[in-house]
Amino acid sequence: MKTDDFIAMLATGAEPVQPNVPERRLAKAMALSLPVAFVIMLDFGIRPDLLQVLGNPMLWVKFAFPGMVGVISLLLVLRLARPGMDTGHLAAGLAAPALAMSLLAVVALANAAPPDRAALVLGTTWQVCTANIALIGVPVFIGSFWALKGLAPTRLALAGSCAGLLAGAAGAFVYAIHCPELDAPFLLVWNGLGMLVPAALGAALGPRLLRW
Amino acid sequence: MERIQPESVALADMKAAELRLRAQLLQGMEGDAQAYQAFLKGLSAHLRAFLRRRLSTLPDDIEDLVQDILLAVHNQRHTYRSDQPLTAWVNAMARYKLIDLLRSRSGRETLHDPIDDDMALFATNDHEAADARRDLTKLLQQLPDNQRLPIVHTKLEGLSVTEAAAVTGMSESAIKVGVHRGMKALAVLMNLSMRHTT
Repeated sequence: MKTDDFIAMLATGAEPVQPNVPERRLAKAMALSLPVAFVIMLDFGIRPDLLQVLGNPMLWVKFAFPGMVGVISLLLVLRLARPGMDTGHLAAGLAAPALAMSLLAVVALANAAPPDRAALVLGTTWQVCTANIALIGVPVFIGSFWALKGLAPTRLALAGSCAGLLAGAAGAFVYAIHCPELDAPFLLVWNGLGMLVPAALGAALGPRLLRW
Repeated sequence: MERIQPESVALADMKAAELRLRAQLLQGMEGDAQAYQAFLKGLSAHLRAFLRRRLSTLPDDIEDLVQDILLAVHNQRHTYRSDQPLTAWVNAMARYKLIDLLRSRSGRETLHDPIDDDMALFATNDHEAADARRDLTKLLQQLPDNQRLPIVHTKLEGLSVTEAAAVTGMSESAIKVGVHRGMKALAVLMNLSMRHTT
């Protein structure tokens, strides 16, 4: 077929395009997947002393760490969904929550007596934390990949890893309602891993699943 | 045709092309089919010249790839943000499709130079549209009826959505969805057919 005829075919009956499709598609994915993540967390159960620890600043740190990572990775997914958009300062912005959390962890470890330090890192639930976060993040993982699939990422591994990071951050945020741990070293290591594992999975799956 | 121009003139031309094409695309996205067609036509000339420089050993693939990229631009036009340079947006898609092709033919041609010079895309024109090698009609035959019929009626015969719905007995929303999904499926088929041609 001649290119001019092909162009005529593309233009014929071309419908108006709705504005902000990427934003609305990602919002829809989050609106559908976050409640499912919440329901999975409910299966683990809300921590019984949640009301008592509301005054503990570490509880808010525990929400803020994945919360910040989540918001930044959401913005990154949105940018990477559009061809030709760079990641701007957002990628560097991810360092902020990671550094802040590291600082808190180092301070906590430095202030603890050497025999107590292992307990600050391992807590009582280190064996399940990462896997539980990843599990709770699964709906968001599927949702963000679905959103990207209808858009046009051109850097597939990077887009996939940001979608995975978003899923891990959502998982860690929601899991914080269940998880009893409040020590900074524990949160850094196991919540950090809980976010990085889905990100690595996303980087591996991106080139396969997001091609267009 | 490629012309060698003084640098400042070339730069002014590129800026003019960016502004004109961007205005046409935005009008097209609001439903102005004529402006949209002018946009695709202008863009195709730039893409052709651009690919001619980069696919020198695969000259037979150029027109196919021009059409591939045009369809990608069409299918993904909802990802264009009006405050973004059009060159950056088109260039990212052109590069994506070009690398995809070169990778599938790996060993036959390697990428000569990184294509990250956004502005270069609109630097040259080539209006000599050729025939693509693949047969689009045959590819269309491979689509299921609920995608093929909406495309044939609305995009080849030029019927309105309402008319196409009446002719096929499908609902108007099924026609719109069929066109949308069908064009995406067509992009996949076009891509596959390029990989398999030698």
